[in-house]
Formats: sequence, structure tokens, C-alpha cells
Amino acid sequence: MSFDLQAVIDSLKSNFPDTILDIKTFRNETTLLIKKEKIQEFCMYLKNNFDFKFIVDITAVDYLERKTPRYEVVYYLHRFGPEYSENVRIRLKVEVPEEDTRVLSVTPFWSGANWLEREVYDLFGIEFVGHPDLRRILMPEEYNAHPLRKDFDVRNREPSKRCFEKALKEGESGTS
Amino acid sequence: MGVNTNPVLGGDGFVTTKLSSFANWARKNSLWPMPFGTACCAIEMMGAFASRFDLSRFGAEVVRFSPRQADLMIVSGTITYKMASVCRKIYDQMPEPKWVIAMGSCTCGGGPFDSYAVVQGIDEFLPVDVYVGGCPPRPEALIDAVMKIQKKIEREGAPIV
Repeated sequence: MSFDLQAVIDSLKSNFPDTILDIKTFRNETTLLIKKEKIQEFCMYLKNNFDFKFIVDITAVDYLERKTPRYEVVYYLHRFGPEYSENVRIRLKVEVPEEDTRVLSVTPFWSGANWLEREVYDLFGIEFVGHPDLRRILMPEEYNAHPLRKDFDVRNREPSKRCFEKALKEGESGTS
Repeated sequence: MGVNTNPVLGGDGFVTTKLSSFANWARKNSLWPMPFGTACCAIEMMGAFASRFDLSRFGAEVVRFSPRQADLMIVSGTITYKMASVCRKIYDQMPEPKWVIAMGSCTCGGGPFDSYAVVQGIDEFLPVDVYVGGCPPRPEALIDAVMKIQKKIEREGAPIV
């Protein structure tokens, strides 16, 4: 028995008529554009009814000066099946405007989303509301920029240097 | 140094030297490296330590993972600013006298990573004795660097405390 992705999309369409803004299929990859406010309900429905148990990745794109709203948060969901054809991957996108960079967290459904959302928060500055522990994960905690934003100069080492000098001072005063 | 024989000692020889050059001779032939490997250069460093290249021929085989027992720091691999404070802390924990080898393009000057997170050369925060270029350098290059350190130690005239 193979898994029918079209049936899933039809069911989603009938259950969330105003939530799906756009559906794209390219080379057997399905992308759904979702309303930002509905991401939690939508993910929960996909997980509970169609077994999308695994969050592969959460990332973001900065479309500075190319598109408004400026950001898109991208979710990759995976469903495991005993047969090869039942392994299905689906991509969800959410548009995030520059003025309000808050998105609802999906960590309550997939605990694997915890660090992925922290990474997006660290590098793009998108806040995940409802995340249990939203701290920076890669850059130093007192770093004051979001390096993957397109308006950040990749050669700007000043914020990193400031954090490094602060860490050095703390190391000198502490017991080393 | 001079070799002498003395009839009082039954014809046995003895060596006259300065204490500082004796200490330098001992130090240069028993370097204990602290490997600070963060990237692919560390693989070449392991190659230099292992049987084919065998750094123990130069008396530097006792690789210590505790800075308290080491006197030669081999920094091999990209150092980010977040790692730099750790690197400096480990260097500070090493007892004097101590030496530093910057191994590979990344540690010498940032390598290909002209980016917001990467230190453009570890001499921004460490006193480097020998730079080894290459991406990554061959084990022979690291052996050459250790030998240069040995020459440097030999010439050192610092008083023993």
C-alpha cells in the first residue's frame, strides 16, 4: 500500500480552507504556504492524523529587497513507513514580516524542533513564541547581531571581538 | 660544553657546561605537546604523532591532553572567536616555559574564512613561535616546525628560576 499524498492535501484543504495560501509541486516535492497564525494547529493535525512524526529541519530565508514580507520560515516534515513509497516528506512555509518577527513554536509537538528553532532565532532573529528555552545556540550569548540576515556584513568581526574580550576578562577574574 | 677525562676518576669522562644550556638541552629533547586540534589539520597532526612519521624521534611523543603537563601547544585548525577564549585559557594554564606552533593557514591568518566568526590569525591573542603554512600542512612540515622550536629552545639564555 503506498501513501497517497494527494489525499492528505485534499484532507488538509477541506479541514483548513483559509489556512493554506498556496500549494506548489516541483519534482515530486510538495510545498505548502501556511498562514503564520495557524502553524501550530496545522502541524499538530499533520502529526496526529498522517504520522508526520519527524521534524527534519527548520530554517529561514531572508528576502531583503526582493519580497515583502521579508522572511520565510521553512519546515521540513517527514513521515516514516515500512515501505519505501510510504516515506513521505512535505515542506511548509510561513511568511514573516519585518515588523513582527514572531512565530508560534512547534517544539511542543516535536522536541527535536528545540535546537532548530534556537538556530533560526540565533542567525535570523525570528522569535518563536512558546519555545521553552529560546537562547542563542551558535553565537555567544551576548552577541548583538543576527549574522544570516542579508543586511549583516559577513566580514564584520566587531561583535565577535567584543564577546571574545568579555570572555577573556571573565576568565581572568574567575578561577582558571 | 666540553668533554674531559680525569685520572682521579679512573679515566672516566665528565662534561662541563652551563646549567642553562643543560636545561635547554633537556627541554628541547622532551617537549610535551598539548594538541589543540579543531579541524582537518588535527588529522595531519595525528599523522605526525603516529608510527609513520613518529614525532617521538624528536622527543615529543608524550601528547598530553592536560595543559598542566604540557609545554608545547600545537594549535591546528580554524579558531573561532567563541573558541579563542578557550584556547587562551588553556594556554594560560600551561606551566612556563611554553611554546606555541600555529599549524595551518587558518591559525596563521584565518585561511579561507574571512568571516564574522573566525579569528584572522591566532597571534591576535597568543604569542606564536612558529607558523606552519599549508591547508593542511604535511606531517613533515609539522616535524620541521618542532625542530625549529628545538633550535629556538637551544638558543634561549633565560636564567633558571
